Amino acid sequence: MDPIYLDHAATTPIDPKVLEVMIQTYQEVIGNPSSIHSFGRQARKVIDDARHKIAKYIGARSRDIVFTSGGTEGDNMAIIGAAMAHRKSGKHIITTKIEHHGVFRTCEYLEKQGFEVDYLDVDRTGRISLDDLKSKLRDDTILVSIMYGNNEVGTIQPIREIAHLLSEHQALFHTDAVQAFGTVDMDVKDTPIDLLSMTGHKIGGPKGVGFLYIRDGVTLASFTHGGDQERKRRAGTQNVPAIAGLGKAVEQVAGHLSERISDCLLARRSLLGALDSSGINYRINGNPEHFLPQVLNLYFPGTNVETLLTRLDLEGIAVSSGSACTAGSIEPSHVLTAMFGPDAAETRSSIRISFGSGNTPERVAQAGTVIARCVHDLVESGKAGETL
Amino acid sequence: MSGGVDSSVAALLLKQKGYDVVGIFMKNWDDTDENGVCTATEDFEDVVRVANQIGIPYYAVNFEKQYWDRVFSYFLEEYRAGRTPNPDVVCNKEIKFKAFLDHAMSLGADYVATGHYARTELRDGKTWMIRADDQNKDQTYFLNQLSQEQISKVMFPLGDLEKPEVREIARDHHLATANKKDSTGICFIGERNFKEFLSHYLPANRGEIRTVDGEMKGYHDGLMYYTNGQRQGLGIGGPGGPWFVCGKDVQHNILYVAPGKDHPALYSQGLIAENVNWISGEPEKKVFHCTAKFRYRQKDRPVTVHILPGNRLEIVFDELEWAITPGQAVVLYDFDTCLGGGTISTVLNQGTDASIDFVDSAPI
Repeated sequence: MDPIYLDHAATTPIDPKVLEVMIQTYQEVIGNPSSIHSFGRQARKVIDDARHKIAKYIGARSRDIVFTSGGTEGDNMAIIGAAMAHRKSGKHIITTKIEHHGVFRTCEYLEKQGFEVDYLDVDRTGRISLDDLKSKLRDDTILVSIMYGNNEVGTIQPIREIAHLLSEHQALFHTDAVQAFGTVDMDVKDTPIDLLSMTGHKIGGPKGVGFLYIRDGVTLASFTHGGDQERKRRAGTQNVPAIAGLGKAVEQVAGHLSERISDCLLARRSLLGALDSSGINYRINGNPEHFLPQVLNLYFPGTNVETLLTRLDLEGIAVSSGSACTAGSIEPSHVLTAMFGPDAAETRSSIRISFGSGNTPERVAQAGTVIARCVHDLVESGKAGETL
Repeated sequence: MSGGVDSSVAALLLKQKGYDVVGIFMKNWDDTDENGVCTATEDFEDVVRVANQIGIPYYAVNFEKQYWDRVFSYFLEEYRAGRTPNPDVVCNKEIKFKAFLDHAMSLGADYVATGHYARTELRDGKTWMIRADDQNKDQTYFLNQLSQEQISKVMFPLGDLEKPEVREIARDHHLATANKKDSTGICFIGERNFKEFLSHYLPANRGEIRTVDGEMKGYHDGLMYYTNGQRQGLGIGGPGGPWFVCGKDVQHNILYVAPGKDHPALYSQGLIAENVNWISGEPEKKVFHCTAKFRYRQKDRPVTVHILPGNRLEIVFDELEWAITPGQAVVLYDFDTCLGGGTISTVLNQGTDASIDFVDSAPI
């Protein structure tokens, strides 16, 4: 069997239309967007066009979009920038226990800088409680950062409710929308989000580019120092071809959102169907109602995640789990730990399957059959215990 | 693959022979320091580079828990009992050729290959473990606890090579690990100070140092820091020396020393071994003559073996042996075949004053 890629939550293959735009930009646009000559103006137009498309899609104004190198930079810029700019109003920050490391470790860093951070618990489906958030809010809370949709289990948070709850409070509201962006319709006019970060490579765009939406009137302390690019909010020459690609990728999302969602749901059904007909034992980790269609996290009792992932890769199936430590071995996922408790079996025996373009229902069903066979083998050999 | 030159070349040779090779790195110990630096990270980076050079997939597997439960706990337990354990032997038995072998088998592997210097041979329907061609590097000593089932699934691609040849192969193929220094010492301690490491895990009870004649010579920092035959680090001088460790009285926390390397207290006539393993089955004769090693990189010594009930052996030396150490492995050889081995539990008839209660010392 040809290898099948089921790890679109890690990164997506580039959309051919995006690639086309990028190649054209690389070939034809040579100027620096800050230059005042014709070449500079040409480059400036490319990034302004991309900015306009993006702003339009999320219901913002062009000037509210700052290009970044991706999700992690956007998270850092938003969280550190907000904390430093507003520390006179308070030192309290609220986030959750299931954030991406881009948010999680940034908050831990701020704790070392003297800020106070509350990490909200989640229920067994990965959702926070609004009442819990309300009870943690204080007069000196300056920032709330809650991810839109979780990258490991796909659970979507009640972002609209949170945004409205916070609209009466001084605290800024940041959301890491990296994973949700390609399959959730987001509108910052309708939902009063102050800061929203995303990245290009999860939606068929290039790696190394993303944007941060900053609501008009919100001030952030800048942590890069240099030129006046991006209205003095992000110094450094813009990556023009990548930004052109990002604009195109967002345009593709905007034009095909419902199609993208239904394709993912079809793939998801197809995979679960293959597992069901094989009769193996599994459970879905996540929320049955509020979930990203492209992320499917499955618990296979009696398996070991490292063995399962290796075995699947050797069989040509690319899936993932939590995150690898620097020595390559799999660390228990902090997300599953937050959902099920430390040392819960789910943290040792779950994998993440994520869908995207090119995952036809037929191929996904094939993959499902292989997954079921591998799980079956490992459960059987696990029952036998160590054989030597 | 450990990220060292030996396993790198082992993988390369198998790949060249046409095997479908998968590289796996084991993380058994976390030594992450306050700066987030961990030696496993550096080693894994080398595995990645070499695997990409050879063109094989690579993965990591975490056996920290198994290592802690089965190797490190044993290691501490032995020190607590006043013995000098050999964690490498137990690591091979419990981790590399058990947890890891099981992992590989569940991934669909036919064999596990390692960079050990040893050979196997199929004879009479059994797999036998044979010394490496490079007698200086031979590692069968550390593999003495492997069962027939374990070694029947193992390949040692370096068994016919000399270490310098292995380095040369690595250099010829520009492998990233070609000039990497060989690791030394116990893997989880590495280059660190042994005494300091151990003090984090075991309470050190200061006690008396006495000569075999009962004379008080000074104080030791804790019996676990000393091993038979040790001369350095005793902190005692004066007339009559140099002083060598020749025994421990764990019950009374006394360290015994003997004056001069040739003192009879350092010599013994035999030993009792426990947890005895026969790689290719127990010999039919219950008493036989063969050769043995009592420590790694020691020349073989002729001995007579008496097989005792309960996986035990009594081994009588043809000639007196110096500084036999409880806790270390005794490994038996029939010419180049490694028969198996056990853990030294009792040293027999050390030439000492019978009034001194040496730990684990008994008349022959």
